[in-house]
Amino acid sequence: MKKSFGGAALLLDRSDINTDEIIPAKYLTEVTKEALTPYILEDLKLEGFDPKGEKLKNARVVISRENFGCGSSREHAPWVFEVNDIHTIIAESYARIFRQNMFNCGMLAIELPKEDIDRLFALGQKGELEVAVDVEGQRLTASAGDEQQSFAFDVAEFDKALVRAGGWVEFADARY
Amino acid sequence: MGQTIAEKIFAAHLRDEPFPGTKVLDLDRVLCHEITTPVAIADLEWRGKDRVFDRTKIKAVIDHVTPAKDSKTALQAKMLRDWARRHEIVDFFDVGRNGVCHALFPEKGYIRPGFTVIMGDSHTCTHGAFGAFAAGVGTTDLEVGILKGVCAFREPKTIRINLNGTLPDGVYAKDAILYVIGQIGVNGATDRVIEFRGQVVDAMSMESRMTLCNMAIEAGGTSGICLPDQVTVDYLWPFIEGDFASKAAALEDFRKWHSDPDAGYEKVLDFDLSNLEPQVTYGFKPDCVKPVGEMAGTRLDQIYIGSCTNGRIEDLRVCAEILKGRRIADSVRGIVSPATPAIFQQAMDEGIMNIFMQSGFCVTNPTCGACLGMSTGVLAEGEACASTTNRNFNGRMGKGGMVHLMSPATAAASAVTGVITDARALLKESAA
Repeated sequence: MKKSFGGAALLLDRSDINTDEIIPAKYLTEVTKEALTPYILEDLKLEGFDPKGEKLKNARVVISRENFGCGSSREHAPWVFEVNDIHTIIAESYARIFRQNMFNCGMLAIELPKEDIDRLFALGQKGELEVAVDVEGQRLTASAGDEQQSFAFDVAEFDKALVRAGGWVEFADARY
Repeated sequence: MGQTIAEKIFAAHLRDEPFPGTKVLDLDRVLCHEITTPVAIADLEWRGKDRVFDRTKIKAVIDHVTPAKDSKTALQAKMLRDWARRHEIVDFFDVGRNGVCHALFPEKGYIRPGFTVIMGDSHTCTHGAFGAFAAGVGTTDLEVGILKGVCAFREPKTIRINLNGTLPDGVYAKDAILYVIGQIGVNGATDRVIEFRGQVVDAMSMESRMTLCNMAIEAGGTSGICLPDQVTVDYLWPFIEGDFASKAAALEDFRKWHSDPDAGYEKVLDFDLSNLEPQVTYGFKPDCVKPVGEMAGTRLDQIYIGSCTNGRIEDLRVCAEILKGRRIADSVRGIVSPATPAIFQQAMDEGIMNIFMQSGFCVTNPTCGACLGMSTGVLAEGEACASTTNRNFNGRMGKGGMVHLMSPATAAASAVTGVITDARALLKESAA
């Protein structure tokens, strides 16, 4: 396992968060991942959200709703999370390219059913939300205040193999 | 059970199935542009693997920001250029020879029925118009494609969308796809291939089919695909005549990819487009679609005609029909970017560029341009643009700007009046 998963969680209560909101196109002129760091979620349209705020700065996990990462194929979207130390995203569903890009980078794009996402958002109302992830055991534990809840999740065998290998280049280079 | 065209293409290209449901496919085309390829190039160099799997199957172009607008974009172009030269990638298109990738590559005959095609660009689905499995991917997938000539996919289910009836006059492929996206939503085809069928598609030119497939991604589709037919043979004939004894022979060969009559679809949707009106988006998602009548009168600041969706010669011809003998409103500015040098040249030869200029449009070189606010034609806060592009996300053409997606005809008519306008009235007048 090359990356660390889990930590303080940032809740983004909106569906269809697109890749232009995650990292605007004007920053795609950068040729290193690190250069993207300041621009994370700069264009996100969400009541009460501050891209320069403490909650985002401290976050290591993002939790959201349906169709997360829709729009462009830009891998800059997962990268901007990566360079801001967010390696785990939990959502009800993802756009295909974004989801695959996450695993290709050895990161986690966990899918949970609506009821579980609702429970996570409810838990997040109770205090600062912390999430611990057991990748091999396919289990995550979320705690806020003195409350703790546990969720089982499914990750495709291939995607787990990518996370173990550290990414798709590593996997493909060894095999093809 | 029979197979869909997508399943046939997967079966014919299957290199490996490392885990159940994960299909690693051999690639016919790995397409590159200067925004998403440089990080892959740098990573391959860093790993000591600066090589390519096949220099004839890789095509590359500088298109998103061209000519370079600053040092950063000059560096991106240089990285792609140097890499293409280093690996003797013959089909690399530099400034002056370059055009929008999803218009240029089809125009050069690079896409064939039954091909697997990837590019680090979400609108790669455009090439499904040729009966290819063409999917947008990220930089890491592109990197593995470049190095190994393979890409992994979960085999997608197919949604068959039958476009039935006949498109009315003044209603085009762009209106059809906007309508479909409005009906199924931005999440309506996630992890699915959209197979476009029906009389409307059969009657469409290759350019119209490209417009249709181009926006499959806006419904979340892994790809869009049309069955190859006589229209496909005729379009590709200059490039394939050496391979076949006759056009009939080519058609016979292309037919082997057709979905079987008993192929399995996850769902089949029927839309009768006989009474379809021109469509326009509002809001910040491509599925926020209304008939033009409900958007008419919306004030505009900019009109943009171009892009991989609608920058081809047929699109420019429709605009010229509307703009001929007319001037655009004083309250707006118009920008047109023919998608490739060949299209630009043809438009010049047909007098179309004269019409644009005389009407007051700004003419630019072939480029992605204003579509994603990375170079020219950026909107100021509070401005609105009537655009033939494919995405109206918040801030896409400029922070605080609003993009209304529509067909080239609607955009041209709106340029004349300065507000969102149904083109059919102007088309009737022009014909009279």
